[in-house]
Amino acid sequence: MVLDILVAVAVVSSIGTVLAGLLCICEHFLANYGPCRININEERDITVVGGGNLLSTLISEKIFIPSACGGRGTCGLCKLKVLEGAGPLLPTEEPYLSDEETQSDVRLSCQVKVRGDLKIEIPPELFAVREYICRCASIIDLTHDIKQFRFELVEPGQIDFVPGQYIQLLAPVYKKGGEEVYRAYSISSDPSDTNSIELIIRLVPGGICTTYCFECLKVGDQVKFNGPYGDFRLSDNDTPIVFVAGGSGMAPIKCMLHHMKNTGNKRKATYHFGANVVKELFLIDLMSSFESELEDFTFVPVVASPAADESWDGQTGLVTEAVQRNLKNASECEAYLCGSAGLIDAAIKVLMELGTKEEAIFYDKFE
Amino acid sequence: MNLGPEISQAFIVCISAVFTQNILLAYFLGLCPFLGVSREVKTATGLGLAVIFVLTSTCMLNWLVYHYILVLLGLEFFRFILFIIIIAAFVQLVEMVLDRYSPFLYQKLGVFLPLITVNCAILGASLFMVIRDYSFIVTIGYGFGSGLGWFLAIMAMAGIRQKLANDRIPQGLQGPGITLIIAGLMALAFMGFSGVLQGR
Ligand SMILES: Cc1cc2nc3c(=O)[nH]c(=O)nc-3n(C[C@H](O)[C@H](O)[C@H](O)COP(=O)(O)OP(=O)(O)OC[C@H]3O[C@@H](n4cnc5c(N)ncnc54)[C@H](O)[C@@H]3O)c2cc1C
Ligand code: FES
Repeated sequence: MVLDILVAVAVVSSIGTVLAGLLCICEHFLANYGPCRININEERDITVVGGGNLLSTLISEKIFIPSACGGRGTCGLCKLKVLEGAGPLLPTEEPYLSDEETQSDVRLSCQVKVRGDLKIEIPPELFAVREYICRCASIIDLTHDIKQFRFELVEPGQIDFVPGQYIQLLAPVYKKGGEEVYRAYSISSDPSDTNSIELIIRLVPGGICTTYCFECLKVGDQVKFNGPYGDFRLSDNDTPIVFVAGGSGMAPIKCMLHHMKNTGNKRKATYHFGANVVKELFLIDLMSSFESELEDFTFVPVVASPAADESWDGQTGLVTEAVQRNLKNASECEAYLCGSAGLIDAAIKVLMELGTKEEAIFYDKFE
Repeated sequence: MNLGPEISQAFIVCISAVFTQNILLAYFLGLCPFLGVSREVKTATGLGLAVIFVLTSTCMLNWLVYHYILVLLGLEFFRFILFIIIIAAFVQLVEMVLDRYSPFLYQKLGVFLPLITVNCAILGASLFMVIRDYSFIVTIGYGFGSGLGWFLAIMAMAGIRQKLANDRIPQGLQGPGITLIIAGLMALAFMGFSGVLQGR
């Protein structure tokens, strides 16, 4: 009886072991693609170990490609031109690529596997992207679910970015069974301060990275980020500006306002800032100081429906309604929008109805 | 050994596995990818072909393991565990080989392989072949027939769903609801085949 049981267990385990061994051997020989050469922009070649996806291979070579989903193929940010060696387009990529992009060899780098030599094109500004180690220097509550984080740079000690750009913060594994994730956050600090960055982050209930920032991150902790990324930035002309943003969408706009002040920019600018109740407004004092320091800047806080115990004598209603009411010269303006997809889509609709040209509307969607 | 009768029996079993004993519509096995990946004929074709391939080859492999290892050692009761392990390992292996040597096939079939590793139709067919005591040659016919039957069923379903895409379906029935009703009607239709073949 005991012998029977032993034999049975031994047989099944040995069959399992043989299969596992076979798979390991195959993996070693089949999934080993050896060294592969990646030619970048016809300028330089790097030699990498094949077998991984292009995105993570490039990251391990310290070339940082934007990605908000960490390579799961759900954000569509990691697009790159792969001119040779990528193989056919995968069903997982199709939904994120327009016809034009497919024709010009644009691929999702997280889905393309490095099987052999590749020829790729990387926008030059991505080479300025680096990995930074920094130390959390302060955490300030702005509202009940928005905090402002300041990080002092440790290595390298300086960052150069265009106001409006964002970085990707690495949230380490902080609870059992979790995973490392990168999430995008716009830089909100004064760009003249090149030794630190500030972020304005809103807590997404249940969100991986925001929960880390709100519950685990303490002043003094070291974190990593990479960047800067993005082409949301002020254009170089004198047309009047309309900023529209709510909540943490203020981040890149605050940065742009600091920059306008630093450079003595005289453009006319209005900032419509939306909140549901009065206590969701923040950095009001800073905005009023911008009003007095900048040549022609107006800050318009709009509260959707002030709570019964709040006194409010400013504008009420949706922020898009306020824009509709206040904006008289929409056709001459440039609009800069930032925040949730819902807000941005609604604002674009209103602005286009008022006559703003489509090519004069710039935005960064936080999704 | 005279293989004539064996082959003709394999043929009959194959036909019956496609129509009268369709693994999907008569036994309702492998329903999950059937509902999930039947939105477009193109993807359904890829998945269907992958199922045909995996069903045929795992049935053969499992037959060999069952008769030459398990029966000899008197360990038939272990077939449930072993069949699953073998199917999983085999699928993994095929995926690696395709990925390496045939990007074309990998793109058409490979991406679906992980989806069907734990598909109950695959395990079901291996278990049926044991219960029904098929010989090796008959098992080949059976595995292939079951795969083909599954392929036909999902193609039909994908075709119907593509046609339905622009129809106004009552709200409560949209999605899985209407799909299950269609699956039921298709099963009824396939019952019409019973009696076509007397043998199994
Ligand atoms: C270019 C860019 C700039 C950004 N800048 C900022 C910024 O300055 N400040 C800031 O707070 N955020 C910003 N974001 C959003 C940020 O990157 C994260 O998406 C967000 O913080 C949620 O991350 P998480 O890991 O906590 O949540 P996850 O674990 O990723 O998500 C949890 C759940 O919440 C949903 N979800 C994800 N993001 C949001 C969201 N923004 N609102 C509501 N639900 C969401 C997801 O669908 C998911 O179901 C920016 C995004 C982009 C693309
Ligand atoms: S990294 Fe998000 S789609 Fe590739």
